[in-house]
Amino acid sequence: MAIWLNKDSKVIVQGMTGATGMKHTKLMLGDGTNVVGGVNPRKAGQTVDFDGTEVPVFGTVKEAIEKTGADVSVIFVPEKFTKDAVVEAIDAEIPLAVVITEGIAVHDSAAFWAYAGKKGNKTRIIGPNCPGIITPGQSNVGIIPGDITKPGRIGLVSKSGTLTYQMMYELRDIGFSTAVGIGGDPIIGTTHIDALAAFQADPDTDLIVMIGEIGGDAEERAAAFIKENVTKPVVGYVAGFTAPEGKTMGHAGAIVSGSSGTAQAKKEALEAAGVKVGKTPTETAKLAREILAG
Amino acid sequence: MDLFEYQARDLFAKHGVPVLAGEVIDTPEAAREITERLGGKSVVKAQVKVGGRGKAGGVKLAATPDEAVARATDILGMDIKGHTVHKVMIAETAPEIVEEYYVSFLLDRANRTFLSIASVEGGMEIEEVAATRPEAVAKIAIDAIDGVDEAKAREIVEAAKFPAEVADKVVNVLITLWDTFIKEDALLVEVNPLAKVASGEVIALDGKVSLDDNAEFRHPDFEELHDKAAANPLEAAAKEKGLNYVKLDGEVGIIGNGAGLVMSTLDVVAYAGEQHGGVKPANFLDIGGGASAQVMANGLEIILGDPDVKSVFVNVFGGITACDEVANGIVQALKLLEGRGEQVTKPLVVRLDGNNAELGRKILTDANHPLVQRVDTMDGAADKAAELAAAK
Repeated sequence: MAIWLNKDSKVIVQGMTGATGMKHTKLMLGDGTNVVGGVNPRKAGQTVDFDGTEVPVFGTVKEAIEKTGADVSVIFVPEKFTKDAVVEAIDAEIPLAVVITEGIAVHDSAAFWAYAGKKGNKTRIIGPNCPGIITPGQSNVGIIPGDITKPGRIGLVSKSGTLTYQMMYELRDIGFSTAVGIGGDPIIGTTHIDALAAFQADPDTDLIVMIGEIGGDAEERAAAFIKENVTKPVVGYVAGFTAPEGKTMGHAGAIVSGSSGTAQAKKEALEAAGVKVGKTPTETAKLAREILAG
Repeated sequence: MDLFEYQARDLFAKHGVPVLAGEVIDTPEAAREITERLGGKSVVKAQVKVGGRGKAGGVKLAATPDEAVARATDILGMDIKGHTVHKVMIAETAPEIVEEYYVSFLLDRANRTFLSIASVEGGMEIEEVAATRPEAVAKIAIDAIDGVDEAKAREIVEAAKFPAEVADKVVNVLITLWDTFIKEDALLVEVNPLAKVASGEVIALDGKVSLDDNAEFRHPDFEELHDKAAANPLEAAAKEKGLNYVKLDGEVGIIGNGAGLVMSTLDVVAYAGEQHGGVKPANFLDIGGGASAQVMANGLEIILGDPDVKSVFVNVFGGITACDEVANGIVQALKLLEGRGEQVTKPLVVRLDGNNAELGRKILTDANHPLVQRVDTMDGAADKAAELAAAK
């Protein structure tokens, strides 16, 4: 089962022929991901050889879907062109678009998110500025190292890439159903809440680890969601307790969220929802172990 | 990137938001000529990126050009909540204010769209108003594609119950302010107060603008808006080398890969420091993925150049980055620094996990550098680094 990604997922890579796209397509194939094509209008019709696997390049996402039945697109195109790439994926109605690119202007993210809504939200967007999603032993889409851990029954959702890896490593002997890095940008497609709901519904997930960090109020909203909707045990970690307070300008931010956005506020909100929150990644892993051991 | 008031004023003016005349200066004498041009009187306003400058004495009226020079002399160099005043704006004096409003556009993270906030009860207490009487503050979602046209602006004006006699003028402010927000790739444009003055005009008297650094690729002019004077010298040096570095006030230098892991490292070191005389992290430094020997050398150079640093904690989880490359980077970096004749005397604690960790650890063991210690867990390494910093 797992969530959103499994062995049957057919993956295309937007930006496959760039340096980053090439490197990670090779790694994804090595992890067993079914990469069925790349997209680059200037190289349409060519094929790229990855250690003996021939991957065709298509001119558009639409064409790639028609020819291969792809249902996942992973986007590595440079930040200046990312908005157009995501809009193309939405227009082609691909069910899942994973946006790895970092450094995207917020107005661009806001625009493609609004566009997805106008098109009826047929495309789930993960990211931008995220490490991607992995269902160990089945498929790996993005840049998460495929060899940290094995299939298991923990679901992981995290804003931070390296903390995703750290947590997978801490619990590598238990293994994960799916780990998803949602990215820490101000505007992201898939949220903690989306992942929590999916893990709650996934019969292959017994426990959920949720990693947050300072800024915004996504963790507070996730806490409220957990209280009402999640019956599986959730363990949390929030990074940034000692981070310097950002310069907040103007009054608008505080008026909007009503939350200070501090790690302490997030920890308290999660604990009030019954989530056990670790002080460090190691302690968080220990809490997860204790719960799984009964 | 948060802007100074004068920069916000200039952007507002560029996009047609009604503002008062004003010019920024950094020497008191320059206040005279500007004040003469403004008709002999002016307001001298400290340019600092912190609220409450009026209460701190950073805003003064000057009735004559001489007085403007005197007030500028007082205010330049003043400390306002830890911010030194390097610049003052010499502004046109505001006509008699009849009413103060509030309007802003900003990113609404929770709803993944933009938001307009407007109130007829603007001024310094707007947050208080929002907290105690939320009905007095209108919040209207703005579609990121449709934006703000006249109809949308009227919707905001009605929702915030602006008086009929200023409605058209506020609509104009909203449309031009939205233009500023979109065309400048802003995360926040805020006017507070938006003043109705005795003549009936509506003027943006003070404003805040925050721009999106990620959009710099389509705004070459952003470069000029960076506040170089305020940057800590170490931060400026790091920025020049393309490093993501923030100076903090502790003793343990931190290098890691990935913002989340580095942030987590700061926490773990601070907790460990509680057992070792309260030592704290000295900085945030994210070397990102694929750290080469050169990047590691650049990072180490910045951190070892910080006189407050007493020990260094290198915390790397090898994801795509291979730990053997990182270990080689550390060894080469130390050679590079020593080769330049720099005295490296601060102990380094290195924790490597993940991709090729065993290989990386072996490289460090084989190099056997007297200042480098390997500790193989994050918590253990943080404890060791804190202990070493406390012992110095």
